[in-house]
Amino acid sequence: MERLTFDLATQPLRELNTFLHNDAKDGKARHVTVLNPDGAHNIAVGLDCPVEVEIVGHAGYYAGGMNKAASVTITGSAGTGVAENMMSGKVHVKGFASNGAGASAHGGLLVIDGDAGLRCGISLKGGNIVVGGSVGSFSAFMAQAGRMVICGDAGDALGDSLYEAVLYVKGSVKSLGADAQYEPMTDEDIAAVASLLDQAGLDHDPKAFKRIASKRSLYHWNADANQEY
Amino acid sequence: MCGIVGLLVKTPALREKLGELMVPMLIGMTERGPDSAGLAVFGNPLAESQRKISVYSGLTEDGADFNWLGLGHELKAHLGVPVAVEAKGNHAILTFDVAPAIVKRWIAEHHPKLHILSTGRSIDLYKDIGTPASVAARYDFGKLTGSHLVGHTRMATESAVTPDRAHPFTAGEDFCLVHNGSLSNPNGIRRMLEPRGIHFETDNDTEAACRFLEWRLREGDDLETALQKGFEELDGFFTFLMGTPDKLALIRDPFACKPAVVAETDDYVAIASEFRSLAHLPGIKHATVFEPAPEEMYVWNA
Repeated sequence: MERLTFDLATQPLRELNTFLHNDAKDGKARHVTVLNPDGAHNIAVGLDCPVEVEIVGHAGYYAGGMNKAASVTITGSAGTGVAENMMSGKVHVKGFASNGAGASAHGGLLVIDGDAGLRCGISLKGGNIVVGGSVGSFSAFMAQAGRMVICGDAGDALGDSLYEAVLYVKGSVKSLGADAQYEPMTDEDIAAVASLLDQAGLDHDPKAFKRIASKRSLYHWNADANQEY
Repeated sequence: MCGIVGLLVKTPALREKLGELMVPMLIGMTERGPDSAGLAVFGNPLAESQRKISVYSGLTEDGADFNWLGLGHELKAHLGVPVAVEAKGNHAILTFDVAPAIVKRWIAEHHPKLHILSTGRSIDLYKDIGTPASVAARYDFGKLTGSHLVGHTRMATESAVTPDRAHPFTAGEDFCLVHNGSLSNPNGIRRMLEPRGIHFETDNDTEAACRFLEWRLREGDDLETALQKGFEELDGFFTFLMGTPDKLALIRDPFACKPAVVAETDDYVAIASEFRSLAHLPGIKHATVFEPAPEEMYVWNA
């Protein structure tokens, strides 16, 4: 069967997730539509095969979490921790996403067409995040690897204690976090932003983005800093 | 963890359905708060001189068998004031035409285990321990009518699971507050308020926030000014939802540690900790759904 629909108003979520973990992996469906998600938690978590899942409506916490290889689309909004710890594949939120979107994602692409809440991309470990709107405070906190493209504005303390992740922001940044700094955009940066925007299906001028990366001054303990960063 | 729900109907016809629309919202927050539940409902105000109090008898020896009509007769005999009694198990609403302090003082002296839940011209308040579904059934929440309400499901973290520590909390008249989160300076707030003659009934952290904000309102602050002082003085994690006779107000702490989501249509404004409590509402698929920002004030007029 190519396409299959699950209606969470009448079918238990466990039935859907069990199908996605077992039958979908065995090739029993390439495309699964999920109706009436109604804010349920843990929809389409832990997938590890290249199935396409379309969630029609608003998803609750951790939708598409730990995703590997699958492509998950949420037509409405997503609750806390969408695509958290994603390994590969793609998660696309067409509405807004709540706090902790893409937290500690190791790979894959998270696209949020609307705004993201606080702590977007916290502890990012190699995944890519493209946000069509703005991100809340403390986004990319301690982000280690990967890239974030923010087409709108950023809140307070963007990129606090950054490691090697790189952030690109088009709009205004309320404040940078400790050890984050603006750096010149190179041709390589412009190409990277263009490629991510293209993958996200968003139309912005890549040259209009600013690059933010780590000063690396927190990498080594400085006893003279007197806790002033 | 706790669950918060709020509903304000804009279409007058929906006032009759306020309770019916709200019960699934409250039950939807059971996983966030299974140990206690409660709500405050605001309706048309009584005449200027009248007051009503919601009273809870679950802590008395008679519990749900408390003799409410007898209490009404006693109050009339001792205070010479007719008291209308609307009783439902361990809960009653007493309405009278005298200063509420006189009635409350008499009750405290003669029935010290009765717990006064709320006082005012518009507010009725219900809260008890038990799952949201059982509390809703206990008081027939589905039949409640009014313009707006504030509800809560509790998973206790800061104080014991007892009916008086359930939410909503009230202070003064026609003001209530529910809280998801935990405050880190409730005792400092208490130490500031108690010398001003403000009396606390429990050791619950939320009561400190409730009494602080009501004190600011009583001192002449408008709601926005009081909430701004709340941001300055109250430390910790919170999503607060507050009710007054003509307003619902929502604030979240600067770190947005506790969730909230709002759905608005031409007919209503609905607030919940999570979308799953809003999913059943009529017209929700076309509602404007948004997440309130941290450290912003959201005030809706009834």
